[in-house]
Amino acid sequence: MTTIRDAAQKVMQTAIGLAPERWLPGGTPDPLIGRHGAIGSSVPRVDGPRKVRGEAPFAAEIPAGNMTYAALVFSTIARGHIATLDTDAAQTAPGVVLVMTYRNAPRMAPPAVFLSDPRAAGASSLPVMQDDAIHWNGEPVAVILAETQEQADHAATLVHVTYTRETASTSFEHAATHAHRPDNVLGEPAVIEIGNAEAALAEAAHKIDRTYHTPRYSHAAIEPHAATVWWEADGRLVVHDATQMLNGTRWTLAGIFGLKEEQVRILSPFVGGGFGGKALWNHQILAIAASRLSGRPVRIALSREGVFRVSGGRTTTRQRVALGARADGTLSALIHTGTAAMTAYNNCPEQFSFPARHLYAAGSFKLEQKVADIDMVANTFMRAPGESVGTFALESAIDELAADMGLDPIDLRRRIEPVKDPTSGHSFSARHLLDAYARGAERFGWSARSPTPRARREGEWLVGMGVATATYPYYRMPGGTARITLTRAGHACVAMASHEMGMGTATVQVQATADRLGLPIDHVTFAYGDTALPPGTIAGGSSQTASIAATVTAASEKLVSALLKLVGNDSPLAGLRAGDVEARDGGLGHRTIPDRFESYVSILSRANREEVSAEAEAPMPLEVQKYAMHSYGAQFCEVRVSTVTGETRVSRFLGSFDTGRILNPRTAASQFRGGIIMGLGLALTEETLFDERTGRIINASLAEYHMPVHLDVPEIDVIWTDSPDPRAPLGAHGIGEIGITGVGAAVANAIYNATGRRIRDLPITLDKLL
Amino acid sequence: MTPFSYARAGDAATATRLGMGAGAKYLGGGTNLVDLMRETIEQPDSLVDVTGLSRTIEERDDGGLMIGAAVRNTAVAEHRAVRERYPVLARAILSGASGQIRNMATVGGNILQRTRCPYFYDDAARCNKRTPGAGCDAIDGFNRTHAILGASPACVATHPSDMCVALAALGAVVHLGNATGARTLPLVDLHRLPAGRPEVETLLEPGELITAVELPPLPCAVRSTYRKVRDRASYAFALVSVAAVLDRSADGMVRDVRLALGGVAHKPWRAFAAEAVLRGRPADEAVFRAAAEAELADAAPLRDNGFKVELARRTMVAVLNDLAGEAA
Ligand SMILES: Cc1cc2nc3c(=O)[nH]c(=O)nc-3n(C[C@H](O)[C@H](O)[C@H](O)COP(=O)(O)OP(=O)(O)OC[C@H]3O[C@@H](n4cnc5c(N)ncnc54)[C@H](O)[C@@H]3O)c2cc1C
Ligand code: SF4
Repeated sequence: MTTIRDAAQKVMQTAIGLAPERWLPGGTPDPLIGRHGAIGSSVPRVDGPRKVRGEAPFAAEIPAGNMTYAALVFSTIARGHIATLDTDAAQTAPGVVLVMTYRNAPRMAPPAVFLSDPRAAGASSLPVMQDDAIHWNGEPVAVILAETQEQADHAATLVHVTYTRETASTSFEHAATHAHRPDNVLGEPAVIEIGNAEAALAEAAHKIDRTYHTPRYSHAAIEPHAATVWWEADGRLVVHDATQMLNGTRWTLAGIFGLKEEQVRILSPFVGGGFGGKALWNHQILAIAASRLSGRPVRIALSREGVFRVSGGRTTTRQRVALGARADGTLSALIHTGTAAMTAYNNCPEQFSFPARHLYAAGSFKLEQKVADIDMVANTFMRAPGESVGTFALESAIDELAADMGLDPIDLRRRIEPVKDPTSGHSFSARHLLDAYARGAERFGWSARSPTPRARREGEWLVGMGVATATYPYYRMPGGTARITLTRAGHACVAMASHEMGMGTATVQVQATADRLGLPIDHVTFAYGDTALPPGTIAGGSSQTASIAATVTAASEKLVSALLKLVGNDSPLAGLRAGDVEARDGGLGHRTIPDRFESYVSILSRANREEVSAEAEAPMPLEVQKYAMHSYGAQFCEVRVSTVTGETRVSRFLGSFDTGRILNPRTAASQFRGGIIMGLGLALTEETLFDERTGRIINASLAEYHMPVHLDVPEIDVIWTDSPDPRAPLGAHGIGEIGITGVGAAVANAIYNATGRRIRDLPITLDKLL
Repeated sequence: MTPFSYARAGDAATATRLGMGAGAKYLGGGTNLVDLMRETIEQPDSLVDVTGLSRTIEERDDGGLMIGAAVRNTAVAEHRAVRERYPVLARAILSGASGQIRNMATVGGNILQRTRCPYFYDDAARCNKRTPGAGCDAIDGFNRTHAILGASPACVATHPSDMCVALAALGAVVHLGNATGARTLPLVDLHRLPAGRPEVETLLEPGELITAVELPPLPCAVRSTYRKVRDRASYAFALVSVAAVLDRSADGMVRDVRLALGGVAHKPWRAFAAEAVLRGRPADEAVFRAAAEAELADAAPLRDNGFKVELARRTMVAVLNDLAGEAA
């Protein structure tokens, strides 16, 4: 674990040296912040037409000659050893090309687990199929390659395995009694104590002290994990993957297979939903190993059950939130502690205490995270890991306190609004949470809510309203490089190995680059999804948009310099420096003298160049060292709860967001709504059932893992402050994750308002309300 | 999936001849059987596709209906006579599965669909229904969706069909045939309780084919309804469901009543005890409650499904109240 902190520190040390002017505290904000052009308009997704025409190839659709198809056999115990392994019937089954088990799998180094190195992408550090040991129920114990998928699937059923069991840690309650503090939580301290919060709580005039439980969840992306892989004759490895960490996957796979990074190429232009789940799991590694053994290309497309067995989801948590309040509604104590289940081989402690570090002012704090070691498939990041379930607990408790004190919950939040970040002391770069509340309350009709539970009844249905704060940090990842190539025809292509999982990444970058270079959007393309391009950063932590934008900005500055070097003495731009000019109208012009302008077409033609290109790395994200940078939102929910059956129906929902500048209202609304829908699942219907007797997931199918269906989702209204953050590139924050945060509590609080019942245990299924 | 042979039967005689073989299975829409074959829970040697058999819904002179076994679920639910005379059946079907699945699913297949007990589906689990004598992982495991009535120490699974709950309430009769002859069975007798042999789910003989389902005339069924309670608003199996027909006389007495429950037992559960309490008594909430109590007197909840007893009680009362209100 210390490696993580070391790596983080190393990053920061280099950062100080490289600090470029623009992102330094006190530097000038991005000039595009105030400009209205392509940015801010509802541009349809650039990848849309190909997707609706079925012309966007996903990882399981990449053709290859002489293809083989893989199927996995999963262990049925959580811990122990393989006792006997009979593969004879599978070997001789029709079409079988290879049966791979620990006995014949090539030797592979264990994956570098995510955060053990800035480049690491492994979901777990466990070696993959290297011996007879079993570490979780569902671990792959054999890979079948066959001429068709059906033959592989059939042969997989013929593998017979017996085990010697060892005592496994599968009970959360039991493991929680030995819970331990991780060295850090994503590089942040696992504990923050300011003042003596327990003492302040004990003395508080009003107090709430509650325990909340959240279950395991599955990402359930519509595209099951898949990869098509092969080895080239010269020993290079090609992996068509569905991933949200291209360069990390490349580096990690190179390590596992003893290759140089340049020998590995990962392509992932289209990803059918990631949500944090599309990382480097066993299946890609096994497919590559099997391809090496068989000498043939391998396609592995996990079954839905396979997705549940091989790739982890959001982990279970038990959280305590205790609030001590003074008579005026200010907080004297804020305690948020708890335990999350994790494996001994990964680094995802589900940072549920993060919201409490930044949201509200309090006289004292005690924030602590622990982990309980469980033998299970490694849990991982899932849309707003930590913040999603952390806000459920925190924002439920705030609502409980408000009810207890007879205060409107929005009014209470006004009283605890901090001036500076409550735990770091940093200034907020931008924070308009109360504004988001005010706009949301107005639009949602919050004033119609009765503070008294059970006040509104329509037939058998009790109707209630609830509200909760949404929050998610601003992240910007270092390490990416963008290349901009400008052609003589005046077209620009940005190239960077980034990820488009349907969020609109490519679209907003086309918009931003168009404005950055003063080009119409149809003159800009964005090449992504391939490690042959300059390296990108991960699609995680809602960081991609800001990370790419900062990188493209750096590259565009270099491009301007390169262009100025090309202009001749007779150019209107002759003698100007980069600082004197701006990009506009398809060319460069003096900032204040309108007719000192020359178009790109003219510059390149006169210089007799077909194209000019520039490549640059993004500056280090120093802004987050100096400022508290977060996104916010106010989630408003109206529910109807049946007094007969306890069924909850969400009848209205509004998300009012404060996430910096909105780059594209169309793609933004879709991200917010998608997050909210996922939040409705988190609140009401979803739960990965983990049988603690065996450590086995028992609802490994979408028939039994209940994601919200259309009828569960009302029309969702989304609005935003659109206030730019002067410290962020484009003034924008990533918005992929904030939508899910606060939803659990908004629903639970609405249910309380409807019924008078507090449910502190997700999901809120009807039996809890009978 | 284990390799199998496939044949399409053009008529019932061919079907039953082909279906006689030991490893043969009839194939309806395949929405359940094919899933189970993918999981290798079912491993037939041969499939006899019976979707080409009777696809007609015949309106009888006496007001009853004869529904061919191959009629798709959607077609039953959309049929005018069904919607007018037996609304409970249309509603039950439409509350089940999804549009796509209902378009494929047949009447025969729906009746014979197998339980959704998650341990039944997972070959890593112990399950007496899958492997007789292996034990039952549900009894002490996740059993929130399991049975509260009629279960046994061997198996606590439920029958998942919505359609069958309506058919049970309506007194449907199932027409069967095999190579040696034809017979009928009331739907309520077709499915078994698990007792010591949960792997035997129906009274069907090996190779016996469902040819049709007959709905006897029941004029009072025009006032009938189905209410399904589940974990999401659509596309989930019933935790509890209630099919009810209520015939109330002018003086507010229960003249006739048909009541059946879904999601509570190994078979569609006709609530005979409740019906007995209701008949001839005032159609009011106190009587409805007493009836529900009577039906649930023997309920035996498990670790996670105790709520079903209360849920079933409340849903029965609510449905009867609704029908009584409608009739008034
Ligand atoms: C995701 C999902 C959700 C679902 N949700 C619901 C729900 O909410 N409510 C609900 O009621 N159902 C639900 N279903 C189940 C669905 O209703 C059944 O799968 C369907 O009715 C089965 O009909 P089929 O024709 O496809 O049967 P098949 O799968 O073809 O066959 C099922 C069984 O019936 C036998 N069979 C078929 N026809 C005959 C015949 N004529 N004579 C003798 N044996 C025959 C087969 O041999 C097999 O054993 C759901 C299914 C899925 C996959
Ligand atoms: S309840 Fe029945 S179907 Fe489920 S595991 Fe037990 S025996 Fe098998």
